[in-house]
Amino acid sequence: MISGRTGPTNDGSNPVMHDRTIAELARALADSEVSSVELTRGFLDRIEARDPDCNSFITVTREQALAEAEAADDARAAGRGGPLTGVPIAHKDIFCTDGVRTSCGSRMLDNFEAPYDATVVRNMRDAGLVMLGKTNMDEFAMGSSNETSYYGPVKNPWDPTRVPGGSSGGSAAAVAARLAPGATGTDTGGSIRQPAAMCGLTGLKPTYGRVSRFGMVAFASSLDQGGPLARTAEDCALMLGAMAGFDSSDSTSIDRPVDDYAAALDTVSLQGLKVGLPKEYFGEGMSEGVRGAVEGVADKLRELGADPVEISLAHTELSVPAYYVVAPAEASSNLSRFDGVRYGYRCEEPKNIIDLYERSRGEGFGAEVKRRIMVGTYALSAGYFDAYYLKAQQVRQLISEDFRKAFEQVDVILGPTSPTTAFPIGERSDDPVAMYLSDVYTIAVNLAGLPALSMPAGFSDGLPVGVQLIGNHFDEGRLLGVAHQYQQATDHHRQVPAGVND
Amino acid sequence: MQWETVIGLEIHAQLATSSKIFSGASTQFGNEPNRQACPVDLGLPGVLPVLNEGAVAMAVRLGLGIGADIAGRSVFARKNYFYPDLPKGYQISQYEIPVVGTGQLEIALDDGTVKTIGVTRAHLEEDAGKSLHEDFHGMTGIDLNRAGTPLLEIVSEPDMRSPAEAVAYAKKIRTLVRYLGICDGNMQEGSLRVDANVSIRPAGSDKFGTRAEIKNVNSFRFLEKALNFEIERQREILEDGGTVQQETRLYDANADETRSMRTKEEANDYRYFPDPDLLPLEVDRAFIERVRAELPELPDEKRDRFMREYALPAYDANVLTASRELADYYEATVAAAGGAPKVAANWVMSELGGVLNAQGLDITESPVSAEALGGLIQRIQDQTISGKIAKQVFEAMVAGEGDADSVIEAKGLKQITDTGEIERMIDEVVDANPGQVEQYRAGKDKVLGWFVGQVMKASRGKANPEQVNELLRQKLDS
Repeated sequence: MISGRTGPTNDGSNPVMHDRTIAELARALADSEVSSVELTRGFLDRIEARDPDCNSFITVTREQALAEAEAADDARAAGRGGPLTGVPIAHKDIFCTDGVRTSCGSRMLDNFEAPYDATVVRNMRDAGLVMLGKTNMDEFAMGSSNETSYYGPVKNPWDPTRVPGGSSGGSAAAVAARLAPGATGTDTGGSIRQPAAMCGLTGLKPTYGRVSRFGMVAFASSLDQGGPLARTAEDCALMLGAMAGFDSSDSTSIDRPVDDYAAALDTVSLQGLKVGLPKEYFGEGMSEGVRGAVEGVADKLRELGADPVEISLAHTELSVPAYYVVAPAEASSNLSRFDGVRYGYRCEEPKNIIDLYERSRGEGFGAEVKRRIMVGTYALSAGYFDAYYLKAQQVRQLISEDFRKAFEQVDVILGPTSPTTAFPIGERSDDPVAMYLSDVYTIAVNLAGLPALSMPAGFSDGLPVGVQLIGNHFDEGRLLGVAHQYQQATDHHRQVPAGVND
Repeated sequence: MQWETVIGLEIHAQLATSSKIFSGASTQFGNEPNRQACPVDLGLPGVLPVLNEGAVAMAVRLGLGIGADIAGRSVFARKNYFYPDLPKGYQISQYEIPVVGTGQLEIALDDGTVKTIGVTRAHLEEDAGKSLHEDFHGMTGIDLNRAGTPLLEIVSEPDMRSPAEAVAYAKKIRTLVRYLGICDGNMQEGSLRVDANVSIRPAGSDKFGTRAEIKNVNSFRFLEKALNFEIERQREILEDGGTVQQETRLYDANADETRSMRTKEEANDYRYFPDPDLLPLEVDRAFIERVRAELPELPDEKRDRFMREYALPAYDANVLTASRELADYYEATVAAAGGAPKVAANWVMSELGGVLNAQGLDITESPVSAEALGGLIQRIQDQTISGKIAKQVFEAMVAGEGDADSVIEAKGLKQITDTGEIERMIDEVVDANPGQVEQYRAGKDKVLGWFVGQVMKASRGKANPEQVNELLRQKLDS
């Protein structure tokens, strides 16, 4: 299904605009090779023509996008533009956008328009990026396959019978299908990294507190973090630079200068870089194709001067159960505001307030969201709180401690992103535990608040395989640099799904 | 059987910050519904709370005012329950670790004894909105202007043994929060809300009885009435061999009774857990010391100073320090009078107090300024007028007829101290009443008083009574 490579071609000609990276598009805009309006219209036309198959967008903001593009062209013409001015991107439909519907993939918010922009949306607009629209996602970001969306499943551009991963499945599919050069995502337990892996992309979950959560509809507040999905580490660096920063509107945002991620791409050295391979990540449950890809990356990094060593993250197996207590507990409370009283879905003809609550929530939420609300409510209930919530918090400490010790020995940790490649749509919908286990390698990172990146590492049976690089707190620059240098030496990230360039 | 009453109070004080505890919206009272509710107050998706440092400073003020420990690290938790005027479906409050720990407060009882009441804790939380049940034809209106207003919940120990003690404690808290400038103490507007936990037990028992929590009490008078009703209700139950249910009861002021709102079985499981949107609140020494440096003189300190500096009896000192404004008025009066602190205390408490009471005015709305009252007292002290005439002058001042001097001038009330004039009046009275003169000279001393009255009457009250007394004696004894 791979239809060949992309990127700067050997004969010196440039690829078509929609197949270029954000860095390449930024150069094309700077060189006036193309205008933002042309570029934006090109992507909008592709979305219009191709997204009905893929279903990666919930809302396309054509007129607003063209107006923003025109303003970007004017800014560039007046010499006021920044490096990313005029580059179109898409936002996951979990980020609130002033005057544009923010559905969060739910019937509950199908009619909801926020009167404010999320800080991430504002930051990226301030950087001159143009919003094409809002991408599909698992309902309230609860899912690993994008099948829980009220707006229907998203198809994986590499194989339309398979899921794109989730919950940022729409963002991943849109970028893989070349409907947008980059998109924002959010990652509570792997929701950027897992779809990046399944769609052959590079995706980064930053350190907790690096990117503002203001205006990002909350799933599990202590775990949620926004980040970029793009084709290359370089593009992720450019996007993260625009997204990140201290925000006084988010009390968990960290007041610390944002590193120059673009500069870090080439300055990070692989010479003698200690790369930890957690032995617990290579147990049963991982497919052979994924194992081979991780080993391939380790070999390549060794070849480039790095020093892979085995490490232990002893409490890895506790991360799934701990996560599936903490995340639903917080979610059960976060989703209480969706009560049919002030905004969002309200049932027809409520008889009284209890009826209004029960039917609005019963009809407005999908099955997976209800399941997690019930699990979380149970975990916080009197008599169960200590056994579940408190115990899970203790496990969280142990997991953080594992990482703290590991980073005394190594600079980065390398492992699989997901145990398998993209699975067929419908395969796991009726088996929540199997679905939850597909997050086994990603969620420990959220519990510990660490940054982690997934990047393409090859293919297994024609489907992309991703590997994950985990860094210490605020080590995004190093992760991006390692990935960038790996990508300079490989071409997995340049592969294009069949039909995308037809 | 003899029963002992046990009462503990939970007092919610709305903090006088200009903006809300977790958002920048205004906290002003009385605006049109939902005009002061920003996206954070409305609980829109994706919004986040940011703690108002001013509210923390006010909580610390109270803590210092009751000699409590201030927690270096306290935690905001979510109290989860569904209610239409609770926008997020949870209230942000402090649960396990409050910002203010154990403290205490002294209350003065009517018999003059002083009792110490323990304060268990005080914690910060956000207020909910209001549900409006009228005017919406079977529907309910929601006003979220109040949502997110900072509250300090001050929880007492079960140390009070009578409704009177409970009222004295509640009043003392009100006095304190107003002194500290952290709450306007307005119970009608709900700025200060009192919930009472009350139980009774056989006198001498050291075990607590089952308690009822009484809500919806919006004045001190209703607090006393509600407690009295509730104590009587529980006594009847127990004396009939029944058991008191642990429950929440609402006070109905019209019926003067408490009614069951929900029993323990119906109580919510609030599923408290630390709010992941807020970091633990850290209050360092430097912050506490900054707040301490800005503390005003507290009621007890002021009371003690009034007793020391003005030689006032404890009763006067307590009354005059009941509010900062009253104490300020009193001190300004003494300053304007150039002394006479006890005379000033009497005037402020009785004459002025009577007028304010009758007209339903607060000391800050007094029709007579402290300076003017001081001027009047000065005229008593320098004998320009007698104390009796002064009351007449004061009435005119209340009626807006000017300051003491102009009233005395306009009405010709200046005291007659001219010996010659007084002697002339004495002569007239003595000459006109030879019979009484004879009685006096025959040894009937009491007649002197009658003569003084006659002379005062002749002077229309303006003669200096002491001089009249002395000159009459001289005249009659000569």
